[in-house]
Amino acid sequence: MIAGISIYEIFTLTSILFFIGIYGFITRKNLISILISLELILNASAINFVIINKYLYPDVLQGVFFSIFIIAVAAAETALAVAIIINLYRQISSVEVKDTEIMKY
Amino acid sequence: MNLTSFIAMRQEIFLLTIILLLIVGEIFINKNNKGRIVHIAIILFGIHTILGFFAIEETSLFGGMFRTNTLIHFFKNTLNVGVLIVLLQSADWIQEKMVPLNKGTEFFMLLFSSLLGMYFMISAGDFLMFYIGLELSTLPVAALVAWETSKRISSEAGVKFILSAGLASGVSLFGISLLYAATGSIYFNDVIEVLTSTNLTILGSILFFVGLAFKISLVPFHFWTADVYEGAPIGIASYLSVISKGAAVFILMILMFTVLKPLMYIWENIIYLIALTTMFIGNLFALRQQNMKRFLAFSSIAQAGFILLGLISGTQLGTATVVYFIMVYIFTNLAAFGVVQAISLQTGKENRDDYNGLYRTNPNLSLVMMLALFSLAGIPPVAGFFGKFFLFAAAASKGYYLLVFLAVVNVTISLYYYLLLIRAMFIRKSDNPIPFFKSKIYMRLGLIITVLGILALGLYSPLYDYIFELSTIFNK
Repeated sequence: MIAGISIYEIFTLTSILFFIGIYGFITRKNLISILISLELILNASAINFVIINKYLYPDVLQGVFFSIFIIAVAAAETALAVAIIINLYRQISSVEVKDTEIMKY
Repeated sequence: MNLTSFIAMRQEIFLLTIILLLIVGEIFINKNNKGRIVHIAIILFGIHTILGFFAIEETSLFGGMFRTNTLIHFFKNTLNVGVLIVLLQSADWIQEKMVPLNKGTEFFMLLFSSLLGMYFMISAGDFLMFYIGLELSTLPVAALVAWETSKRISSEAGVKFILSAGLASGVSLFGISLLYAATGSIYFNDVIEVLTSTNLTILGSILFFVGLAFKISLVPFHFWTADVYEGAPIGIASYLSVISKGAAVFILMILMFTVLKPLMYIWENIIYLIALTTMFIGNLFALRQQNMKRFLAFSSIAQAGFILLGLISGTQLGTATVVYFIMVYIFTNLAAFGVVQAISLQTGKENRDDYNGLYRTNPNLSLVMMLALFSLAGIPPVAGFFGKFFLFAAAASKGYYLLVFLAVVNVTISLYYYLLLIRAMFIRKSDNPIPFFKSKIYMRLGLIITVLGILALGLYSPLYDYIFELSTIFNK
């Protein structure tokens, strides 16, 4: 627990992080920026798990373990996404969303 | 807990063994004989499928993280049969296109890893296992979608898939964290006891729902579907449309009927709305598609809308109908995708106009396709009719008559575009029809199994009774 900081403040932080991530995912025009927004969303959840565990249910470590798994899976996901984006980059020499789209409706 | 209790997870262990054996095979088999891997993988998976039919007792392992019972076991077998058909249908494609590029073995390894993830997802006893299973089932498929690295369209589909999958799982994870905040546990059994309907749990469960809705491709989250199906190799598109979707529906059903039961009154409204929009948008967009893969993608979105009709009832009837419909849907959709794949492999043609006059040159393929389309549309003698009929009955038993009526309207719309394809194959003439060809043995075997499945599920009613009996487990 952090002295002087209540759970509400940290919840506010994680909610803001989460919605920045959603906003960024929808509005960014660059594939790498979209990936960064995705990381924000996952990290907001990871922080959420840790602080819920620490502040509300400190006797069992479920939340902390969950956040470790989130970090590992997020790393795998990012690695795969970057690999696919690099493969796309080799073909069109761009990571802008507008150059990517050839399939529509 | 001792060593014998691992028998409960023998399906997982056997599948893992197959994956490891394939790695060994990849190392030790000579480069010129890599084609053998295809046969080895299919035979091993066939043995796995057969072994799966031995019965299993209700068990829970690792302090409740992993659980299994007869219904879950039955559903795993259903998934096995589906994956076996997908493998049989893709075997020629792998043999001809991928093995020369030295990419044959990884295809099987990734596909089996994804299936392993689905096993863990549907057997999950807590949210952690569920989340890991979900990711394990999604990430290998993302790699497989972008598998044809030389094709631009495949890479684009891969990017779209991995980014939307990441968003969905992230949102879902945030929802799980809110549920954890409200209940203090991630184990389903503990959550069931303390979950009440508060604003926090409602928000949490709706966010949680998003992750699964993405996999089922329900309407606000369906944008990836058509593009990914078009860009992905056809075998992977069929895998996504039946196996991945079926597993997600199944776990969503279990969670809704057990863990999130106190919120059922909210689910009913949400699902009512989503079912309607999913059916209408799926059907209306399917009308204007020329590419067969996009056409089947939107048709599969519409079918997902029908599945929700079974979920809305929340009773034993609902569980049984959903499982039955998924079985029917696996055979039906794989038959349709199998024909598309056979034609695409031989001629490279994927548009509806290319199918003009198909009956004159390839009568057998046309008949399989016709059977599949009739089953998708729900015309009586075949399985699809009974699947839809039971779903509608489940929704009507709860008094959702308007919803059932609108669903029937949608069936009529869907009949129109399915018949368009049948007209193209049987009535229209073409100056340049697809020439006669004979597929290889694996593809034919795959198509024969689907046809038998469609006919057997429609005509052999004890199977439905069996599923209905099994479904008592989640509706005590």
